[in-house]
Amino acid sequence: MSQIHVSTTINGDPAEFLCEPDETLLDVLRDRLGLTGSKEGCGSGDCGACSVTVDDRLVCSCLMLGAEADGRDIGTIEGLAEGEHLHPLQRKFLDHAALQCGVCTPGFLVAAKALLDHNPDPSETEVRYWLAGNLCRCTGYDKIVRAVLDTAAEMKGA
Amino acid sequence: MRYEAPSTIDQAVEILSQADGITRVLAGGTDVIVQMRSGMVEPDLVVDIKRIDAMHEITPEDGGFRVGAAVSGAQLGEHDGVKALWPGVVEATELIGSTQVQGRATMVGNLCNASPAADSVPALVTAGAIVSIVGPGGARREIPAYEVTTGPGKTSLEKGEIVESILLPARPARSGDAYLRFIPRTEMDIAVVGAGVALTLHPDGTCAEAKVALGAVAEVVLLVEPAASAIVGTRLEDEALDALAAAASAACRPIDDKRGTIEFRTKVAGVLARRAAVIAHDRARG
Repeated sequence: MSQIHVSTTINGDPAEFLCEPDETLLDVLRDRLGLTGSKEGCGSGDCGACSVTVDDRLVCSCLMLGAEADGRDIGTIEGLAEGEHLHPLQRKFLDHAALQCGVCTPGFLVAAKALLDHNPDPSETEVRYWLAGNLCRCTGYDKIVRAVLDTAAEMKGA
Repeated sequence: MRYEAPSTIDQAVEILSQADGITRVLAGGTDVIVQMRSGMVEPDLVVDIKRIDAMHEITPEDGGFRVGAAVSGAQLGEHDGVKALWPGVVEATELIGSTQVQGRATMVGNLCNASPAADSVPALVTAGAIVSIVGPGGARREIPAYEVTTGPGKTSLEKGEIVESILLPARPARSGDAYLRFIPRTEMDIAVVGAGVALTLHPDGTCAEAKVALGAVAEVVLLVEPAASAIVGTRLEDEALDALAAAASAACRPIDDKRGTIEFRTKVAGVLARRAAVIAHDRARG
């Protein structure tokens, strides 16, 4: 198989890679670019642990080919914090202990950021429905939902 | 596997029609890539249609809207015009998967994946959606959404043919549509039964025309004419709705599987068809 050359933007920076035609964006991020924040949970679009944004649209990177990323603008969990400065969502996840094992956390953070970008003042119901494609087997979701709502409240006040 | 991302539909059709072996058209990929990864299908060629600009467009046409094959569920759900015209179609499409899946999944993909449980299909069928297909040499043809799926995973598309868009037609005055499905939880599941209803009222409030379609109760989506005729000429009184429900149940020929038994699916089809008819009726009355 001949590899495909892809030029894209990841977290605001230009990036180039070679990938196999059937290689997923998730595998490219993790195995070729060393961006291992995005996790593979199910590999079938059910768990959301691989969530990234593509041109500001939330998607599962396991359900997208690396080749499709050409010319797109990809956002991953690695782009959330600015240097040592955590994103408010990351701080609130820590404050609310909204994680245990942490495997789902990058996906939740990327998905929650996409929600707040799209709807800065979501209701609890809207948070729960938006995050329904992110599975967490540890927390029971309540702390995650509270962390997201608390972030929205803080960001609105800022 | 070869990956191609042409920038025109004519190129896409040419690449597909000249290819040997197993080919797949890639739009949102939420079915195709899952099938590839699970080994259900090992394509020799994947043609990504998302580099074709027109595929991403929703354009007004003759009082309706033409929806490109690469329009995602999220994009459709954000379009106030389509939502106002055919709310049942938009609601059905938005039921497909999570926020992440909505970011990629397309209505045309849902149709062409040809699952008997596809949520958008009963709604497309009742809305009278017309599917625009491009084939080798640029030949174009149009068929009703009802004629695309021929069995589980099978469509009437010929080699080299691609669905370019779906036309959601103008909605007649005093009309409404609705789609409901049953799943054992509130989100993220495949329909055990789905029911779509579209109807038009006479100025005096009686039902002039109706369409009832059921999903996940047969090998293809069923257009149930006896259920529709049970409410035509009525004001959807209880008696008429009972007759509609009975006709819907009578049309079912479902399978038994982990999602539901034959008996359960048959009963629920009637219940959902009735409830969808009530919603469509409320919408038609404005």
